[in-house]
Amino acid sequence: MSFQSTENYIVSDELALAVNAAMTLQKPLLLKGEPGTGKTRLAEELAQSLGAELIQWHIKSTTKAQHGLYEYDAVSRLRDSQLGSDKVHDIANYIKPGKLWQAFTAQQRPVLLIDEIDKADIEFPNDLLHELDRMSFYVHETGQQVSAAQRPIVLITSNNEKELPDAFLRRCFFHYIRFPDADILRQIVAVHFPQIRQQLLSTALDVFFELRELPGLKKKPSTSELLDWLKLLLAEQIPAEVLQQKQQQGGLMPMFGALLKNEQDVQLVEKLAFLAKRQGR
Amino acid sequence: MLVEFFFTLRKYGLKSSITELLDLLQALQQQVIFADTEAFYQLARLTLVKDESQYDKFDRAFAEYFEGVAAIDLASQIPDDWLIPDIIRQLSAEDKAALQGLGSLEELLKQLRERLAEQQKRHAGGNKWIGTGGTSPFGAYGFNPEGVRIGQQGSGARRAVKVWDKREFKDLDSQSELNNRSIKLALRQLRRFARSGAATELDLNGTIQATSEQGGYLDLRFVPERHNAVKVLMLFDVGGSMDDYIELCQQVFAAVRTEFKHLEFFYFHNCVYEGVWRNNQRRHTEQVSVLDLIHTYGSDYKLIFVGDATMGPYEIDYPGGSVEHWNQEPGRLWLERLLAQYPKAVWLNPQPEQWWRHYQSISIIKDIMQQRMQPLTLEGLTQAIKLLS
Repeated sequence: MSFQSTENYIVSDELALAVNAAMTLQKPLLLKGEPGTGKTRLAEELAQSLGAELIQWHIKSTTKAQHGLYEYDAVSRLRDSQLGSDKVHDIANYIKPGKLWQAFTAQQRPVLLIDEIDKADIEFPNDLLHELDRMSFYVHETGQQVSAAQRPIVLITSNNEKELPDAFLRRCFFHYIRFPDADILRQIVAVHFPQIRQQLLSTALDVFFELRELPGLKKKPSTSELLDWLKLLLAEQIPAEVLQQKQQQGGLMPMFGALLKNEQDVQLVEKLAFLAKRQGR
Repeated sequence: MLVEFFFTLRKYGLKSSITELLDLLQALQQQVIFADTEAFYQLARLTLVKDESQYDKFDRAFAEYFEGVAAIDLASQIPDDWLIPDIIRQLSAEDKAALQGLGSLEELLKQLRERLAEQQKRHAGGNKWIGTGGTSPFGAYGFNPEGVRIGQQGSGARRAVKVWDKREFKDLDSQSELNNRSIKLALRQLRRFARSGAATELDLNGTIQATSEQGGYLDLRFVPERHNAVKVLMLFDVGGSMDDYIELCQQVFAAVRTEFKHLEFFYFHNCVYEGVWRNNQRRHTEQVSVLDLIHTYGSDYKLIFVGDATMGPYEIDYPGGSVEHWNQEPGRLWLERLLAQYPKAVWLNPQPEQWWRHYQSISIIKDIMQQRMQPLTLEGLTQAIKLLS
């Protein structure tokens, strides 16, 4: 059981090793990396390739660790008691299992994705320490102990908005997803657009990497933006020659909106293009 | 097993723990990898390092342990993004004309590199760093604290460099200088104390929840009032010796600007005296009295100075010490007044920390600030934020 590139998802060797090591040792794997390098996508593909269920827990700034375990819906219990419903006598009727509970009690070993853990309160990871370590927790209202039949594969992503506590980090494996190099990127594109013409692709990649290397860009375009841009180029049927011409003369690339998401960045590229044009004259 | 390796890592300042070492050993025992140094490198990094800013330290430690510390490919690391802003800033009118003649910035950079290479050859003293006083118009760039040697492009003897020897994560090391995003991240830590103080506000959701849990018996819940607006008063040193750090300060400023709703900023020169100003062009006509500042902005503002604190000691300690005007009272007095009003204060110094002890004025200012001075690096900024919160 080892994870490798699939038909529609390319992983680097490093990342494959990280995933496999985490699965073998049953440790949570913490993933960081530039936005758009496929952190969330990895969980989907991993679940698919293992034929396992994917349980996604998207973290927001208001999410508490308790939400992942269970929630006690006291308000509807109160309402039921006013209406004289029989359900009210069993408190278990009002315990709503959270994502961790679901993952612990799944039939088959599932993949649990805790997405963007850094969005939550700074104490959030600490509150989950014990649950992730022991893979069990206690429901106070019913006195029930929920433990995992088999340890789920836990993937955690972070965008680095907050530092995570040391105690939490010690219990995870950590992998920083680097921006793919030209070779891997070519493979990724080939997976997404099998019929893209070779010439268009290599010109587009040139333009793309040139853009990424431009100093002073506020937001560097990432893989997902490249894929969007290629989609547009293909949809508009822009021939490679036009792209090449634009690149040599300078000037904004066609459909630049897919790559540049910031007004200042657009201006910067325009300015450089203007300089380049003057030099060409 | 691997104990020696583990201690090498600790020697390089990595905070890896024993649990993590045991994880690594367990992974090896389970044969996740087998007899492959590169895979071992990745596995060790996966288990022992938990922050990409530590990757560079790890690379260096790994290289030491496994010897073969191949020469690092310095030539390819000439930091364009450090050079470009500086070049643009230092261009004179003639240079700009020359730039047009040369074409793009890239051309210029290339020429700069060539020239630096030549310069290095002339100072044929072995591994000389490029100094500030060089004859080349570009010589000033030698200040790079990392001490990057330039001019080795031509040496055809490139060895096959191993992954860890490339040290590709060097720019993520938190000791290095900042970029805009990392500044924002550091500043974001100031948001921590959003709800503080006495619990005086009715928490409606909490009350409903608590009341329901009590089966309808009213249970009032209160939360502290939200102080989500952190207020910041920034004073920037401009001109003179600060020119070298303009780019850096602009980045800090841009980041601060987007992170805080209540931000007031003013400029001063070298040391704070009775007046500061908002607009550097009209600095002599539109000064704001520091007393007004103290009376306008409450003591809940956090005070941040940004300056290199590099000046003559008399500029701080004597009346009339200012280089620009006659000041009735010494700068020290004004600094102390500001500090008395704003207990949460810190001084950010763009000068590299190892130079501080060479300047008397820095230690004077540091004393006045009660040691609350931090270098303008990511780590320094993080420390500074801790001091402020």
